[in-house]
Amino acid sequence: MAHGPAKGLSRWLLTTNHKDIGTLYLWFSFTMFLLGGFFAMIIRAELFQPGLQLVEPEFFNQMTTMHGLVMVFGAIMPSFVGLANWMIPMMIGAPDMALPRMNNWSFWILPPTFLMLASTLFMEGGAPNFGWTFYAPLSTTYAPSTVTYFIFGVHLMGLSSIMGSINIIATVVNMRAPGMTYMKMPMFVWTWLITAFLLVAVMPVLAGLVTMMLMDVHFGTSFFSAAGGGDPVLFQHIFWFFGHPEVYIIILPGFGVVSQIIPTFSRKPLFGYDSMVYATASIAFLSFIVWAHHMYTVGMPIAGELFFMYATMLIAVPTGVKVFNWITTMWRGSLTFETPMLFAIGFVFLFTIGGFTGVMLALAPADFQYHDSYFVVAHFHYVMVAGAVFSMTAAVYYWLPKWTGKMYNESMGKAQFWVSFVGFNLTFFPQHFVGLAGMPRRIPDYALQFTDFNMMSSIGAFIYGASQLFFLFNVIRTIIAGEPVNRDKVWEGAEGLEWTVSSPPPYHTFTTPPPVK
Amino acid sequence: MHSQAKRLLKLALSPVLLLLSFLSTGVWAEEAPRWQVNMSPGVTEVGAKIYDLHMTVIWICVVIGVVVFAIMFYSILAHRKSPDREPAQFHESTTVEIAWTVIPFIILVVMAFPATTTLIDIYNTDDAEMDILITGYQWKWKYEYINPEGENVKFFSNLRTGKTEIYNEDDKGEHYLLEVDEPMVIPVNTKVRFLVTANDVIHSWWVPALAVKKDAIPGFINEAWTEVNQLGVYRGQCAELCGRDHGFMPIVVNVVEREEYDNWLAEKAADAVKIKELMAQEFTLDELAARGKDVYMRSCVACHGVNGEGGVGKAIAGSAVATGDIATHLEITINGVPGTAMQAFGGQLNDVDLAAVVTYQRNAFGNNMGDKVQPIDVYQFKQGQ
Amino acid sequence: MANTADSNVTKTVGKLLAVVVGMFAFVFVVMVPLYDVLCEQLGLNGKTGGRYEYVEAGVDSSREIKVQFVASNNEGMPWEFRPTVTMIKVNPGAATDTVFYAKNPQPENMVAQAVPSISPSRAAEYFHKTECFCFNQQPLAGGEETEMALQFIVDQDLPADIKTITLSYTLFDVTDRVDSDAVVSR
Repeated sequence: MAHGPAKGLSRWLLTTNHKDIGTLYLWFSFTMFLLGGFFAMIIRAELFQPGLQLVEPEFFNQMTTMHGLVMVFGAIMPSFVGLANWMIPMMIGAPDMALPRMNNWSFWILPPTFLMLASTLFMEGGAPNFGWTFYAPLSTTYAPSTVTYFIFGVHLMGLSSIMGSINIIATVVNMRAPGMTYMKMPMFVWTWLITAFLLVAVMPVLAGLVTMMLMDVHFGTSFFSAAGGGDPVLFQHIFWFFGHPEVYIIILPGFGVVSQIIPTFSRKPLFGYDSMVYATASIAFLSFIVWAHHMYTVGMPIAGELFFMYATMLIAVPTGVKVFNWITTMWRGSLTFETPMLFAIGFVFLFTIGGFTGVMLALAPADFQYHDSYFVVAHFHYVMVAGAVFSMTAAVYYWLPKWTGKMYNESMGKAQFWVSFVGFNLTFFPQHFVGLAGMPRRIPDYALQFTDFNMMSSIGAFIYGASQLFFLFNVIRTIIAGEPVNRDKVWEGAEGLEWTVSSPPPYHTFTTPPPVK
Repeated sequence: MHSQAKRLLKLALSPVLLLLSFLSTGVWAEEAPRWQVNMSPGVTEVGAKIYDLHMTVIWICVVIGVVVFAIMFYSILAHRKSPDREPAQFHESTTVEIAWTVIPFIILVVMAFPATTTLIDIYNTDDAEMDILITGYQWKWKYEYINPEGENVKFFSNLRTGKTEIYNEDDKGEHYLLEVDEPMVIPVNTKVRFLVTANDVIHSWWVPALAVKKDAIPGFINEAWTEVNQLGVYRGQCAELCGRDHGFMPIVVNVVEREEYDNWLAEKAADAVKIKELMAQEFTLDELAARGKDVYMRSCVACHGVNGEGGVGKAIAGSAVATGDIATHLEITINGVPGTAMQAFGGQLNDVDLAAVVTYQRNAFGNNMGDKVQPIDVYQFKQGQ
Repeated sequence: MANTADSNVTKTVGKLLAVVVGMFAFVFVVMVPLYDVLCEQLGLNGKTGGRYEYVEAGVDSSREIKVQFVASNNEGMPWEFRPTVTMIKVNPGAATDTVFYAKNPQPENMVAQAVPSISPSRAAEYFHKTECFCFNQQPLAGGEETEMALQFIVDQDLPADIKTITLSYTLFDVTDRVDSDAVVSR
């Protein structure tokens, strides 16, 4: 067995080491995060004032589409896969992932895929412009010619995700150190295990969907065209059968991260570990029977509307259990507020707000007013940005000293938290208001009464965007010039196997299984 | 500059204004106020019910939120690390877990009741007095008043806001982007059923004050209904991404007294008859050009420019089509150019307007062809002769 | 030890791959057909069933149902297309005939497909078509006009609260999808 990393570029191209691959994933996803963020800045700049100032409506639609695709498939999902690669073997006492070579492939598919997707911006006809939900027939009969690249890209991203999640499941199921029973696994491992099952179940559905699109566009079938006996609404059913579990794929690992961080900085074990596992599993199960709540306005029979409404409302129960457990974990602990804890608490606070608007959106009659308005935009950014991105940021601050063996600058970290927190809320809270007042989403220009809140929102977005550059700076500064931490257990209250190895950990950890308490 | 300063001042005062506007919600003003932060109860019974449901749930969420966050912030303040206190080590309690599973469940059941009854109401389209077929087009709406005996009255409703306002060359009007050339007109206190469909991609017909949002799906019809209890003009927009001009296909519903509605409908029907009569007439070049200019400014200017200089569409000034064969010119105007933004106007404009606009294009912008197209020519062309 | 671990991993991967393949197939062999069945059974989208075999079951003359007809053209469809009557009152159980008028104003031969949709969608399963021009593609030579027949029965089991049924047809141009010789040989 090799003792250290190879030198130079081939280390990264050919690596099968879970830590290297984790690092690659994390840098890739941060790059994508900046790219998707850049698209968002264009959107917010155009929406700063009514009227068309910077971009044409056609390009605006490409921006909203690319922003969504890049953020969901390029930034958030790979970032958590990166985290899983780094942490899961170390958390369960495994020497590496179960399928290290496949691990390499699943990462290296991604950069060319997104390069191809981004290059459609410069092609004839422009990038995909039909929204990240790509509803037919706008994405089939009426799509720009680059739709074929989009379909190919989705296939490749799906392939990468499926390989990544098979690897995670195989690792967790087979590679745990002796004594590491399922109910002893850290919450992060649990949430990822469940996420990986969701991915294995629904990414093929997405692949099937884009395959149908491909056939409709190029081979004359009519899955989604009424003319040939198909139905555009079928598209939406299949899309959301994938899309709703996808939402939990994005958020569940974040739940796991927060369930690691809050006990650490409360110096107290996670409250209700068992119920957290069951709640996560119930959320995952429910995610398969609620998809049509994204489609209340398509004209379903009332029985269907009621079923999906009740099922959706049920999700509030396990989600609530999680929030209550986190808060009870803090209760009578011994709290300190380092940057990861700030982001974790910020997560709990903002995610709960997103949860409330989620319950509101679940109510079909009220949804007739909320649907496709900025209220929805506000809702899902509260759960995606405050959920996935805040928890991911918390994770980076939390484990960065372990990964690099160096401490980040705490005051800069805290400053970044507060700037992000303010910027985020300034961006997205007013969007609730304009949505309720009647502003539809995905429009490049708006009526005058929405001016002031949009202006606030844009200012907030620029602040939030700047805070991410600050984050990047802090991370790079840590890697180059951070104070060495010189101890295995970086945080006083931290528990788990990853804190029993040195900081930074050796290239190969747990080549012999560690003892598990 | 002055308005900019005022806007910034308002921005600074926004928290106060927000609070004020929260206190004053519940009253429906015809025009949405600039700082509107909440849903409007609208002008229908269903809208009011949805608003009540929305407010009930908001308040439930606010109460839960206050309690939960109060506990969290208390813990943040009171349970900080301190040398004279050890952290507690409790980490499970089945009783507590059951309690916070059951209580939220009960709260949800409470919410489900009004939601269910309101939904049943929304789905009850019985006893509608009239039906309007709404068809979404890229990027405009068509309204067709279904007449059980006789011809349906139908017309298109286009954005009226000019490109100069959108591109900031002119000041924006009060109803910027929310104004159309021909609004839908419906009588007050009358149950109106909408049949909603689309011509090309999926659109969604949304008027917040009416609390109606229904997807328009090509090949299928959906239904919705409204009964407005207050005269006024209500505005909405397309709510489903439908391509380039998704943000530029507003909806205006003009709610009038029954009598006024009847007159309006009769006039519309008479207009249709008059068009038929005009068909038989011969027009002079000047008459056609004058009428054609109006049509051009309504239907063509967005893509072809005020001076026929082109834009999204090709230039008309000096173009081969407008200075060439009349049949080709008609063919393109009536059937469009597939695969481009040039739509088929044959079904959207009447024959008189088509004749007029083609004549105008052939004689304006320095084209000066001197020839003209009569309505009957258009009719015959359409007949495939 | 290492060997059993490896074979366990292989087993896990095998099962997961089966799930992946299964879910991909699920979309095509379950979701699509199931959706069509559900549409017909529940009237999702107001889709109606295929040809109905007429069963003599008597006429319910105690109530009258208003049946409305609506016709639309999809994008790029130049035909004139309209119902000859916009509304008929029928008794449940009685077979009723009506015709739609269509004309192809283009010089070229064209083929159309009419797509039916019923509103309220709840009524779809009670609306039976014994004969409909929507069962087949409709070819028309250039300049030709025609009357297209429809015969339907409203089921006696139609829920009492449904008093109006709207039947909409959208005409799609399917000339490119079919062998256009069909028109000429007709």
